[in-house]
Amino acid sequence: MSDRLVIGGIELENRLFTGTGKFSRNTLIGDVIRESGSQVVTVAVRRIDFDSEQENVLLHIPKGCILMPNTSGARTAQEAVRIAKIAREAGCGNWIKIEVISDHKYLLPDNYETIKATEILAADGFVVLPYMSPDLMVAKHLKEAGAAAVMPLGAPIGSNRGLQTREMIRILIAEIDLPIIVDAGIGKPSEAAEAMEMGAAAVLVNTAIATAGDPVAMARAFSYAVKAGRTAYLAGPGAVKQFAEASSPLTGFLSQK
Amino acid sequence: MQRKGARVVIVFVNGKEQILPGPMTVEEFLSFRGLEAALVVIEINLGIVKREQWAVHVIAENDRLEILRFVGGG
Repeated sequence: MSDRLVIGGIELENRLFTGTGKFSRNTLIGDVIRESGSQVVTVAVRRIDFDSEQENVLLHIPKGCILMPNTSGARTAQEAVRIAKIAREAGCGNWIKIEVISDHKYLLPDNYETIKATEILAADGFVVLPYMSPDLMVAKHLKEAGAAAVMPLGAPIGSNRGLQTREMIRILIAEIDLPIIVDAGIGKPSEAAEAMEMGAAAVLVNTAIATAGDPVAMARAFSYAVKAGRTAYLAGPGAVKQFAEASSPLTGFLSQK
Repeated sequence: MQRKGARVVIVFVNGKEQILPGPMTVEEFLSFRGLEAALVVIEINLGIVKREQWAVHVIAENDRLEILRFVGGG
């Protein structure tokens, strides 16, 4: 059965997106991405550091992956637009993850600036995937602004706290006619599976894999979880009930007269 | 790179003042700094200098250069 996720006109088979930050060494990244099966991989844009040896993370990303640079470091829509254009100029395609953050404690996104950046970049031909605090009206505005998907956070970035915002995400999945990709906060494969069972189109995982004891094995675990969750969603979970309902027939007992 | 009689050019690279031995193009600057061209993006005074312009775009006094690359990120 074909179950493709279409974003920006591209058909994706794999619904686990992987981030490349925080790995203890960049040489892990290739194996992690291969093991995860990810087709979409995030990177960041930074100044070259002349004092340390320059290495480009792109060298570790398997060919054929779609690169999704983020606009991390941007505090305003204008800064996000600047970073997006730099990333595109670098020849990494036209996908962009909008990330506009000015709160340093929780790293929560500025939804207002995110909408503005989405509008500008979508009009400029980018495939825009905005990272956002889950809110129905904001998601509607992002859709109107031309977002290709909406990426609500499950919990603060890097916190590994799971789907703390599940009820809000559930509303976005029900109401927004765009792929909903849970980004940030997912700490364990079971949480990724839960997001997928709820009907999320994909999940984006970085910290949970990068900071695992064995990142390559954890990438594999996430891959299984995302597939299991998606399969369960498509299978259609049975109803939740308050009281017991026997699984075995309630007739024909041996003791019956 | 250094041309006879040329004056030094003071620029700002990634926020830090830097003295170039003389006028040079972006392409010359990259080789002067030993940077691999394939891996970087150049912005001068907030405008991207397209790769095809690198051989002809001459860096001017007080230009603010940003030399950028991709790093791991989520």
